[in-house]
Amino acid sequence: MQHGLQKVRAEAAILTTSSKSHNGALAYPKLQLTADGLACVRGGRPVFRDLSFAVTSGEMLTLVGPNGSGKSSLLRQVAGLLDIEDGSIALSGADEDEASVSAQALYAGHLDAVKAPLTVRENVDFWADFYGSPKAYVQRALDGFELARLSTLPADVLSAGQKKRLGLARLLIADRPLWLLDEPTVSLDTASIKVLGALMATHLARGGLILAATHVDLGIEGASQLAFGGRGT
Amino acid sequence: MMAFLALITREVRLAVRVGGGGGMAVFFFLITISIVPLGIGPDLNLLGRIAPGMLWVALLLSALLTLDRLFQGDQEDGTLDHLLMGSLPLELIVLAKGLGHWLTTGVPLIVAAPILGLLLNLPIEGMGPLMFAMAVGSPALSLLGAVGAALAVGVKRGGLLISLLVLPFYVPVLIFGVSATRAALISVPGDMEGRSLMLLGAVTLASFVVGPVAGAAALRANVK
Repeated sequence: MQHGLQKVRAEAAILTTSSKSHNGALAYPKLQLTADGLACVRGGRPVFRDLSFAVTSGEMLTLVGPNGSGKSSLLRQVAGLLDIEDGSIALSGADEDEASVSAQALYAGHLDAVKAPLTVRENVDFWADFYGSPKAYVQRALDGFELARLSTLPADVLSAGQKKRLGLARLLIADRPLWLLDEPTVSLDTASIKVLGALMATHLARGGLILAATHVDLGIEGASQLAFGGRGT
Repeated sequence: MMAFLALITREVRLAVRVGGGGGMAVFFFLITISIVPLGIGPDLNLLGRIAPGMLWVALLLSALLTLDRLFQGDQEDGTLDHLLMGSLPLELIVLAKGLGHWLTTGVPLIVAAPILGLLLNLPIEGMGPLMFAMAVGSPALSLLGAVGAALAVGVKRGGLLISLLVLPFYVPVLIFGVSATRAALISVPGDMEGRSLMLLGAVTLASFVVGPVAGAAALRANVK
């Protein structure tokens, strides 16, 4: 069992290096995500205001701050899942300029969006069909998050960490440039956190962008930080 | 198109795996219809006369029974967020979910209807028209119901709220459905060349537009 795991990890490593090497040309166009003067109000209470930042292709921005300071709210605003009180969010440089930010983004939140009655493979296949991804991406996602061994199990019997990985597998299925990760390491073991870190590094190397709210060091070099203030400022 | 079909397939697969969906609606349909003769008494002529109306009322209530889970399951486990961010327009997502509901609830009810018609002494020559009218009218129940389900998506135990929201919109389906079924049995004054059936079809066609558009608007308003 232990041996099998290591083998899959080795394959993940190969995946990482190979996509780095033959992607001397970047997988995505040069993009810049800009937020200008953003404000957020939840339940009548201001969460943050005048928030501005810019992230370009190959960069990661880590959101840090205490609970309730608005990290998740910001990610949902960028994903288009939460109304923007004030300010603007724009993604420039995409081929189709009209396409909204949310069409270029993939959000991974606290909920795994895993259907318990379906098997791991059926869950993954559904999202591949939904995003119109080639079948090769399914295998890439299963291998990347070490789900291949579990593929025939109903998602019902997965542990919390395995479910989390199944949820994160959407990142590799959809192949969108902007990753919005909200506490992606919750319930993952140390080995899986390393795998996730490696996959994130690969994504950046391919010209992707990452916005992540996390308290765990994922070993991404050159990630800049966006500090959130105290509660309710 | 692939995303649309994938969504319908997933709905059907989930309903079959979990049970409780169409099966529960059919059993509810069965129970409702079988207690009617107990309440009314064994007057076969009377039962035969009220059969079309009773069957349609029971169909409406059975279809309502499974509506509350239409979007709520997806909202609770976070799937709805990802569906909203996909490239498939939200209107088509609502349409796919509505059709999924029809396939897993409406179709089993239509198949069960003639058997239950026997319990109510519905004449044999009325079975065909009953099933046909239900096949024409029942997609409207799922699609109009989707609007109610979308409006109540954020409400815990919103089943009752959905009934209150949706049942008034089911009235045209009920009226034209019953008169289309009855017209096949006795000559109803004013119903020439299946006018009721055509109006029933018109309600369904309208619901194919109204359901997805209104449902998508309700979902957008509820999620943000």
